Amino acid sequence: MCARGRRSAEACMRVVTLTINGHDVSGRDDETVLDVSRAHEIEIPTLCQLDGISAWGGCRLCLVEIEGKPKLQPACTTVVSEDMVILTESAKLKSYRKMIIEMLFTEGNHICSVCVSNGNCELQHMAQSLGVDHVRLPYLYPKREVDATHERFVFDGNRCILCTRCVRVCDEVEGAHTWDIQGRGINSKLITDLGTPWGESTSCTSCGKCVEACPTGALFEKGKGAGEMTKEPQFLSYLAEMKKAKESE
Amino acid sequence: MSKKTLATVWLDGCSGCHMSLLDMDERLIELLSNSFDLVYSPLVDVKIFPAHVDVTLIEGAISNEEDLHKIKLVRERTHTLVSLGDCAVTANVPSMRNSFTVNELLERVSAGNPLRQPADVPLLCAQAVPVHRHVSVDVYVPGCPPSADTIHFVLSELASGRSPDVSELTRFGA
Amino acid sequence: MSEQRNHDNYPARVDSADDLGIMAETERTRQQQFKNRVFVCMGTACQSCGSADVLAALKKAAEAGGDETSCLVSKGGCQGNCAAAPLVSLQPQDRLYQHVKSEDAQVLINSISDQSVVAKELVCDNKAPFFEKQKRVVTEFRGLIDPERVEEYIAVGGFEPLMRAVSEMTPEQVIQEMRKSGLRGRGGAGYPTGLKWSTVAKSPGAHRYVICNADEGDPGAFMNRSVLEDYPFRVLEGMIIAAYAVGADHGYVYVRAEYPLAVERVEAALKSIRKIGLLGNNIGGTKFSFDAEVRLGAGAFVCGEETALISSIEGGRGLPRPRPPYPAESGLWGCPTLINNVETYANVPVIMQRGADWYSAIGTEKCKGTKTFALSGRVKNTGLVEVPLGTTLQEVIFDIGGGVPDGHAFKAVQTGGPAGGCIPATLLDTPIDYESLQALGSFMGSGGMIVMDDTSCMVDVAKFFMQFCMSESCGKCVPCRVGTVHLHDMLDRMTKGESSMEELEMMESLCDMVKDTSLCGLGQGAPNPVVSTLKFFRGEYLAHILNHNCPAGVCAPVGEDLRRPACAL
Repeated sequence: MCARGRRSAEACMRVVTLTINGHDVSGRDDETVLDVSRAHEIEIPTLCQLDGISAWGGCRLCLVEIEGKPKLQPACTTVVSEDMVILTESAKLKSYRKMIIEMLFTEGNHICSVCVSNGNCELQHMAQSLGVDHVRLPYLYPKREVDATHERFVFDGNRCILCTRCVRVCDEVEGAHTWDIQGRGINSKLITDLGTPWGESTSCTSCGKCVEACPTGALFEKGKGAGEMTKEPQFLSYLAEMKKAKESE
Repeated sequence: MSKKTLATVWLDGCSGCHMSLLDMDERLIELLSNSFDLVYSPLVDVKIFPAHVDVTLIEGAISNEEDLHKIKLVRERTHTLVSLGDCAVTANVPSMRNSFTVNELLERVSAGNPLRQPADVPLLCAQAVPVHRHVSVDVYVPGCPPSADTIHFVLSELASGRSPDVSELTRFGA
Repeated sequence: MSEQRNHDNYPARVDSADDLGIMAETERTRQQQFKNRVFVCMGTACQSCGSADVLAALKKAAEAGGDETSCLVSKGGCQGNCAAAPLVSLQPQDRLYQHVKSEDAQVLINSISDQSVVAKELVCDNKAPFFEKQKRVVTEFRGLIDPERVEEYIAVGGFEPLMRAVSEMTPEQVIQEMRKSGLRGRGGAGYPTGLKWSTVAKSPGAHRYVICNADEGDPGAFMNRSVLEDYPFRVLEGMIIAAYAVGADHGYVYVRAEYPLAVERVEAALKSIRKIGLLGNNIGGTKFSFDAEVRLGAGAFVCGEETALISSIEGGRGLPRPRPPYPAESGLWGCPTLINNVETYANVPVIMQRGADWYSAIGTEKCKGTKTFALSGRVKNTGLVEVPLGTTLQEVIFDIGGGVPDGHAFKAVQTGGPAGGCIPATLLDTPIDYESLQALGSFMGSGGMIVMDDTSCMVDVAKFFMQFCMSESCGKCVPCRVGTVHLHDMLDRMTKGESSMEELEMMESLCDMVKDTSLCGLGQGAPNPVVSTLKFFRGEYLAHILNHNCPAGVCAPVGEDLRRPACAL
């Protein structure tokens, strides 16, 4: 409810001007730093973010420096304000981003050469764009499970980066909430329903949105060989737009 | 300009990186004529690793005691050590055994039959790991295998005394 | 004025200041029937040493006693020197008995008329520096009221501040008093309490909530546990005053399940005050209505983080949320929410009663008031202590704590739990306040203070805290979830003599990265013990890495090689 009475939310919205990497840009006061950056073709790396589902703020790749704030702020959840001065690239940010990617590689068992998403993987792409040519930390070699009980899809825990895009898309868009996380910390793992095999899930609608939303080869379609799994999560932002349009009718 | 010495070593790998090296075709002959003397390699008939080598390409992960012994010796005698390919850089497919113990593996492989361990077969290490977990590495060339173009670029740069930046040319799994 | 009385002749409801006065008078009259009172500490520490049996034995002995030894034997609270448990206090003589066993009951009762019958070992010198050098504000009642009887709390002035606030002051006036007092959040962050209350009060919303964070999870910390067990009414009074000030209609006391006695006491206290009208509809006969309930934690340290706590109350996984927005603006179910620590609320009634000026005269310029500390480890007098902020570490550890026992040398004091740091002997004259400790790379935190001597290995200490953070990490953000594992593994390799200078360098840059990029305080603070021990005890790390030995003899006996023989498979 807007303080100015019953005018629509749009009329109450203000446009603010701010600076990103020295460029003057403008945005709506309900937009995030990420929204405004991308609208001005300033790329900020992300992995857990996906247009069409809520922001998570877990991968920490999108952290940016904001003048006047001692701590780095995640671009995906920070809302822009007037006169904000933002820096999205710096030696420190690059070094931190590389470290995050290296950590992700050590956490699972990511064998690109035999993976179904080889060549079409957001994690791989991020590593290359950040110049990660080797991992400086020791791999943890966890024992992870593969669930191939679903008729059409497979979940390979070795490749999961716990971005929760599948959890959010299944909950917020499909409304089934089949996926969620069990355990905490390094023992976190993705489960279906209450930890029962995916093939026996009573909530799963087999819509496949989770597969499209997954940035790596953790979720994929049966029948795809190495390098054959391509995903197209863009449909999600289209759905989100349609939903917004319907709600404001 | 005198030629630099080049060696290649094949540890726990599939030899694909060596095949890719050979895929340079005429460019390999060019490099060997102008820039490098190949002083040790599975491809040439030398039994002992030389006392000093300028550039050594390592293919493969460190998986058994022999790999470990070899890589330490090679590191000591090499000026510029290059991890060539995903097995050397990340341990790749060989590391897929790492969440199991060696005993579990051997039992599975022997299918219940008693294992016969011949005296001259090196013992497996607890885990198959990248080269840089055991020795320092100077250049990393990911890829499975890195393309012939990538390998050519790396060798050309090294021949000219430059450090190759392969980020545009290759990646894990390339 | 409520005319109804209950079966004990106390007013059935407190609907006015007069009712409160009558309740107090009735209780005081009841207590004066007994010439003496014996309080047996029934806090968790004393109970774990058998104080419940001591209480039963004393009650029995008292019943059998004559007129000279007539006394009321009651449950009491913490005396502070928990190392001497079980503790029994005799009033009005103000004698303190220590290490009391049930067999000592008769002697103690007899001692009421003749002091000399008690063995020397049972008598505790309650004029010793441990007691005299403390300044008790939060623990001002010194455990000398029954924690389970609201009448006793009222008899010592309890709920007068609440009555006055709700019937004579406006919410804005209450907030103003809190701002003037200079009270800062006692959970660790030290955020100005008055300012937080003011922000919540001003944030728009149909509902506002008040939460008491009683999830005290730092290893070695038991200040909140003690205050909740001994003075649950006081904490609740603070919460209700806060609710009035910010305009909240419902509140939650989120207590960790590992504090069953505190949970029991708070639940019972809520019931008692609801019954007499100091909670629920029309508090104290005014238009102000507010009710509260207990919510239990379920074994996650991360739920002490305010947004994770809120998520837990909402029924979700205890995962922290990005801030901003802060809970004061958008917290529980998106509503403005005030969340404060147990000790913060415990300070509220005394500030309202004695005034902000009185309170702000204690402490330092930037840090007003007192703070309770859980003093433990290699120190003679372990237990709960309360001192004005600005008191030096030297005074607390040596004057009050009695220094390090058994001829060992002081090495370091760890403050602030897993997000804190270790402070060496050269900095013992540091005043204990938010800013001074932070400047040293430590953190006052919620008040944990663990003393270490030459038998502690600082690498091992860092590893212990990192293991804690690693296993308590919620797993939402990459740097904490994976970073703490790597940091722990590196420290582990160091304790086994399997590390290198390259790894030390990597560990230091990983510490910076985890601190700067983690989503919440757990990850941001996890590297602190490592960074602070590296700063002050770098030599110990180098000994482990370069010489493969542990100077303190913890990771291996002194002089022995840390490395174990290598296995082929």
